[in-house]
Amino acid sequence: MSVLAAQGLRKSFGAVTAAADISLSFDADTVVSLIGANGAGKTTFLNMVTGYLRPDNGRIIFDGRDIVGLSPRQITNLGVSRSFQIPQLFQTLNVHDNLLLAESIAQADDPQAATDAVLERFALRAYAAQPAGLLPEGIRKLLDVAMALSSRSRLLLLDEPTSGVSADEKFTIMDVVMGAARAAGVTVIFVEHDMDIVARYAARVVAFYDGGIIGDGPPEVVLRMADVRRYVIGEEIHAAA
Amino acid sequence: MNNILSVAFDGIVYASWLFLMSAGLTLIYGVMRILNVAHGSLYALGAYAACSLAGAWLTAGLPAAGSFAMLLAAAILVGCVFGPLLERGLLQWMYGKDEVVLVLITYAVFLIMEDVIKLVWGVDSMLLPEPYALPGNFMLGGLAYPVYNLIIIAIALVTGLALAFALHATRRGKLLLAVIHDREISMAMGIDIGRVYLATFALGATLAALGGAFTAPTVAVTPGIGVEVIVLAFAVVVIGGLGSLSGAAIGALLVGLVRSATVRYWPEAELFSIYAVMAIVLIARPKGLFAAQEARKI
Amino acid sequence: MKAIAAAALAFAALIAVALLAPQWLVFMSMLVLAKGAVVLGLVVLMRTGLVSFGQGLYFGIGAYAAALLSHHLRIADAAAMLLAGAVAAGVVAALLGLLLANYREIFFAMLSLAFSMILYGLLVKSAALGSTDGLHLQARTLFGIALASGTERRIFLIAGAICVVIAALAVHRLLGGHWGRLATAVRDNELRVAYLGASPFRVVYVNYLIAGALAGLGGALVALAVGHVDPDTAYWTTSGEFVFIAILGGTQSIAAPFVAAAIFEALRTVASQYAPNVWQMSLGLGMLAIIMFLPAGLWSLARRRSAA
Repeated sequence: MSVLAAQGLRKSFGAVTAAADISLSFDADTVVSLIGANGAGKTTFLNMVTGYLRPDNGRIIFDGRDIVGLSPRQITNLGVSRSFQIPQLFQTLNVHDNLLLAESIAQADDPQAATDAVLERFALRAYAAQPAGLLPEGIRKLLDVAMALSSRSRLLLLDEPTSGVSADEKFTIMDVVMGAARAAGVTVIFVEHDMDIVARYAARVVAFYDGGIIGDGPPEVVLRMADVRRYVIGEEIHAAA
Repeated sequence: MNNILSVAFDGIVYASWLFLMSAGLTLIYGVMRILNVAHGSLYALGAYAACSLAGAWLTAGLPAAGSFAMLLAAAILVGCVFGPLLERGLLQWMYGKDEVVLVLITYAVFLIMEDVIKLVWGVDSMLLPEPYALPGNFMLGGLAYPVYNLIIIAIALVTGLALAFALHATRRGKLLLAVIHDREISMAMGIDIGRVYLATFALGATLAALGGAFTAPTVAVTPGIGVEVIVLAFAVVVIGGLGSLSGAAIGALLVGLVRSATVRYWPEAELFSIYAVMAIVLIARPKGLFAAQEARKI
Repeated sequence: MKAIAAAALAFAALIAVALLAPQWLVFMSMLVLAKGAVVLGLVVLMRTGLVSFGQGLYFGIGAYAAALLSHHLRIADAAAMLLAGAVAAGVVAALLGLLLANYREIFFAMLSLAFSMILYGLLVKSAALGSTDGLHLQARTLFGIALASGTERRIFLIAGAICVVIAALAVHRLLGGHWGRLATAVRDNELRVAYLGASPFRVVYVNYLIAGALAGLGGALVALAVGHVDPDTAYWTTSGEFVFIAILGGTQSIAAPFVAAAIFEALRTVASQYAPNVWQMSLGLGMLAIIMFLPAGLWSLARRRSAA
């Protein structure tokens, strides 16, 4: 059962091709990772799916309807949520109010109770009264994702959830995020540069290069492909003797 | 035909004067991200200084033609003394504050200057008709026009071309353009932002004072002449695109011609027309005619 | 229910002034109430991150709506005038807001300024509206009840107090709950608001409407107080005064605009008596001082003291 399907997406910025005829389909209740070097087209893909950018050509089908041309607000209201590379928070509001706002906008039956539940699930209770602008980076990331996971989301897009987070915190954060997403039955697509994270949490990996897809399959397969090694992960310089 | 000619001429004269005001304003905004309300005070100071200097010159019996040099001297004096005074004395401590707060700060300076001018020069109007009458008249389409108006147009043209040349063809000018484009990168590249700010503000102030100095012979110089000018200059700068010199020129031309036409054909709408043009331009091009492209945020 | 208690207290004080105080204090109180209302609207917008340099537009509309009722429709009723002021301004705000709510920061400020200057230009050139001389007005009834000569302003003050206190309480309620958080969110990060599913445009639009209606109410109230309206109500320096008072009071409390307006009026009265030539300079220096040392307005002084 496909929850999101991109068909023939094209997007250019002048001479730069960010998307060259991308067609991808995502099933419900899976975890997929998008990998690729900077400029390969991953964030452009997320931006097109969430309505921030309009593709030059192609369709994006979510839940049976073409969402190309809809605004981020409309697409969010259909059930597609997103977290950001640089956390997009409300700096002067405290953590509690950031979450309360997200729940109220999503029209949860009891926003206060929903907020409390999120604070628990994401272990943010200790930071509840702190202004979002003063949080450590890892907590900012968590808050960013927690806000995206408000009541209505069915598809969650994470843009580099562990970038800027210290090595020892990465797994903790991903455990919390993935746990919460799975508990809510949400399909997850995450962009990531850290291959350990990719291998650990993704059931499927899609590798981007130069606006196109060079690999699509389980992590064990894709992460070993020659092209993926050459253009995304990196090759061994010193071969074993 | 005569009508159109005179409307066009009047429009161009008005546009020249507007351009002098707006060029400085748009440069200051482009470089320093300050929408300088005190520009109106600098204009007024230029006018008053011109009256005093040129007035003293003429009273001393010196050749009347020299009074033009005095107008120029007044502008340079005001711009190169008060510009740096304002920038070093106050504004340099305020960089980094929100753009709208900076507007409020320059508005506060404007209010202060209004009263300072009244204290120094009094509330009576000052007149300096000699430079205006001196060059005589010329005929255009059967009507007599003061040659002085041609001088204003000439000054605006020369200033505009000089600025354009300086910005695009000299090293210092290109540094300025770099700072307009991206302040942070410019600093990272080693450009001395403090000096650029000081120079820009002094230049902008001089341009404003120039506008005031050369307007002085055509009006009665009273406290408050800066007030309406500043709002007009804003309109021009916003129409043209904040930070764009060519925008200021085109905006000034547009506003000048529209105003001239409304004064001739629909006088009730004079004050209204300029702001209506601004509103219409912003509806079609939200950031002004020549505004810079903005980069992606996420 | 601290807010209701405070409002009741303020209302009682205003009634006391209306009934007992000398005419000059009644007059000044009307001005404070009126300007405070305009500034309250500005505060609502500032919570959303926007500063309007053109509230003079709605202030002027409110004032002239009141004057035109008496001039052209022969309605000399204070209640009708207050209503007309708020409604006329509200209708224009509803229309202009559709355009202005698309803009932010400098452009919002400049566009709002432009529209107020458009009105100014229209008023100055319009002989039917009195041009630079303006129009006189005198309300003689309230809800149809004739007012005893000499007591008009006292009654106007009471009517104004009722309207403004109710409006202030409503705004307090609004800003204290979800809508207030949403406004702050729009100010902090509009993009995220959209990505959560809400419409920043709608938030700005509604707040702009509220600010416009409040300014219209203020304009009508001033018209009743002074008995005369002129184009200066729409001039940009009038709008600048409102912004000054908003900064003076800060955006943290609903009472702040009124306290700041009171201080402002008191200072203005004193200055026009003893030092008319340095009034603008004092305003400018005051603004600089507040921006540099008390960026949250005078209200932050009160909070510091209570926290200490």
